[in-house]
Amino acid sequence: MVPLSYYLILSAILFACGVAGFLIKRNIITIFMSIELMLNAVNLTFVAFAAELKALSGHVFVFFVMVVAAAEAAVGLAIIIAVFRTRETLNVDRVNLLKL
Amino acid sequence: MNLNLWIIPLLPLAGATINGLFGKRFSNKLVNAIALGSTALAFIYAIYVAARFFGLPADQIPHIEHYFTWMTAGTFMAEFGTYLDQLSLVMLLIVTGVGFLIHIYSVGYMEHEGGYYRFFAYLNLFMFFMLMLILANNYLMMFVGWEGVGLASYLLIGFWFLKDSAANAGKKAFIANRVGDFGFLIALFLLVKHFGNLQYETIFKGLAAYPVEASVGVLTAIGLLMMVGASGKSAQIPLYVWLPDAMEGPTPVSALIHAATMVTAGVYMVARSNGIFNRAPIALTVVAVIGTLTAIFAASIGILQTDIKKVLAYSTVSQLGYMFMGCGVAAYGAGIFHLMTHAFFKALLFLSAGAIIHGLGGEQDMRHMGGLRKYMPKAFWVMTIATFTISGFPPLAAFFSKDEILWKTWASGSHILWLIGIIAAGMTSFYMFRLWFMTFFGEYRGPVPEAGSHGHDADGQHAGHAGAIHAQQDDAHGSDHGHGLPHESPMIMIAPLIVLAVLSFIGGWVGIPAALGGSDRFDHFLDPVFHSVRVAEPRGESAVAPVEPAEHEDRGTELAFMGISVAAASIGFLGAWFLYYKRTDLPAKLAAAAGGLYRLVLDKYRIDELYGATIIHPIVLLSTNVLWKGVDATLIDGTLNESAAGARDISDGLRHMQSGNIRSYAGWVAFGAAVVIAFMVWKGVQ
Repeated sequence: MVPLSYYLILSAILFACGVAGFLIKRNIITIFMSIELMLNAVNLTFVAFAAELKALSGHVFVFFVMVVAAAEAAVGLAIIIAVFRTRETLNVDRVNLLKL
Repeated sequence: MNLNLWIIPLLPLAGATINGLFGKRFSNKLVNAIALGSTALAFIYAIYVAARFFGLPADQIPHIEHYFTWMTAGTFMAEFGTYLDQLSLVMLLIVTGVGFLIHIYSVGYMEHEGGYYRFFAYLNLFMFFMLMLILANNYLMMFVGWEGVGLASYLLIGFWFLKDSAANAGKKAFIANRVGDFGFLIALFLLVKHFGNLQYETIFKGLAAYPVEASVGVLTAIGLLMMVGASGKSAQIPLYVWLPDAMEGPTPVSALIHAATMVTAGVYMVARSNGIFNRAPIALTVVAVIGTLTAIFAASIGILQTDIKKVLAYSTVSQLGYMFMGCGVAAYGAGIFHLMTHAFFKALLFLSAGAIIHGLGGEQDMRHMGGLRKYMPKAFWVMTIATFTISGFPPLAAFFSKDEILWKTWASGSHILWLIGIIAAGMTSFYMFRLWFMTFFGEYRGPVPEAGSHGHDADGQHAGHAGAIHAQQDDAHGSDHGHGLPHESPMIMIAPLIVLAVLSFIGGWVGIPAALGGSDRFDHFLDPVFHSVRVAEPRGESAVAPVEPAEHEDRGTELAFMGISVAAASIGFLGAWFLYYKRTDLPAKLAAAAGGLYRLVLDKYRIDELYGATIIHPIVLLSTNVLWKGVDATLIDGTLNESAAGARDISDGLRHMQSGNIRSYAGWVAFGAAVVIAFMVWKGVQ
């Protein structure tokens, strides 16, 4: 049996990768994928704890997160397409019309 | 028995409401019908009430009606109710009767004016508040009426509000009254503190427990504060200054509010509170002294005024002084008697003056009048009756009332006050006959336009003051009909004058003193009001003994004093006749001889200037430099502006966080999350 700490360390590494990608990358698709990565890191934590504690609610939460992630992916991709159509770029630094 | 007294004040209120809200679209005839109709109905109902009142058994007087509780707060309670006794009945008939006559007169006088409906709405509003003042069954309602008539007075003085002088006069009246009302209000607070509430019944009953105060006590304080209020409303020293300026209002207003009714509210209040004043001899003495001083002071100013309405205004102040003099020697009946005759003859004087002004197209300066006897015979005759009345010639009304005051003043032992009073009576006679001779006798000194000329080319020649006052009137007249020569006023203005002239003639006969074979009925009629409190007191002898009835005095003495009064009036008449009819060149020479004194009196003793320098100017300075520039501009505005500027500066710094750069937002989110996590870890470690 793999100890819980392994899962948590893996989850922390995944989450840190997600945060780093989210902050560093300029491509909007990459940023989007980083968000998904963070969500899944959290999911991993949830299921790890659920298995460890023999509690069902952790699994249920994961399903909720997946549903939300799916919905977010649909809306997010739609927005990305809309942005690309008008700005003809995926660089977030150039999507800055709200700047001061 | 239920007399439904609430109907009386409500009728004029209804008239005021209808005319005030919708009158703009009404024709003048409809406005007349509403305003005059409501007043006439109120008068008729008042007569009906009077008839019923005489049928009441003595133990049902005062007749009190309770309608509903206005407010309760702890033990304090104020209600809407009416209080009808002999005193309020007299006032009721005077106010509705004279008020109605003046309403009729106004139809003629205001015919050419703009704001016709507004005028009548205000006039009815005044009637409502005045009736509320006199019918109230507690001091709080009286105060509401008291303030309300002040408001109506303000509105009507400033009726021609486009004119600076009228607007200022209105403000002056309002502010001077405010000073007095302040005193009245504190008196009411003291009453609440010591008697629990402000109902007349409670207070008059409660007074029985109070002995006469030998030195200054709570009742003296209340009395003096009430007198402060009365001196504001009734234009006594030191607050009389507003009344002469109030002549900026239309003449019917001067007659109704500033002569016949509103300004007598102070006298009514003192008479109504006789139970308090009887127990506060010091306050009573102050009332008498103020009244007497005002009587002679105002009379002396009246002697040199040249504006016909100003003469009458100072005369009003002086006559009100007589009323307070009467009340001040505990002869309340005499004071109210004079109040009644004064309402008749002073309304008559003002309305006749109005008829003259109307007939001359707005001229108010007596130096431009003269010889009007020929042009306005009717106005001349009513004015003659009024002049002889106010001067105190028997058997006209004011002879009886003024003489009763003077006699009771003497009988009360205040011989100095009597002497001043009799000198003032002589002055009254002098300035009234001066007015009479200057207006009606000699040659017409006004401008006589060439035939066919229309309107008023005279304006340029008027003293700037008089010309300006009625500029608006002049315009209205000029556009309508020219004023070639002075002319008589229309019948609708003359008819009320005739009624008032009759009343001024015979009005005093209800109070013919015993010394002249009469029965002094007016005094006996009012007696219950002024003695009821005394009867209720267990130790009757401790109350101030009111002036002994004349019967107890030597009848011959009383007759001799009447002789002196008539002699004083005759001296005044002869003086005026000599100076303003026989030797019209003399006044100017006398004026030159008197020099500084003449100018001092001509400038009304420069009291306005004195108040300006000692009170108004410092207050204005204080307000400007401390309250406005210090407190308002620096403190209040400063705090507000500085906090706004501070908020702006902070936001200015913070708004840079919102860069529009998505990755910086992402950074902030990550940073925030990191802070939260760090915080939770730190908490967990602890």
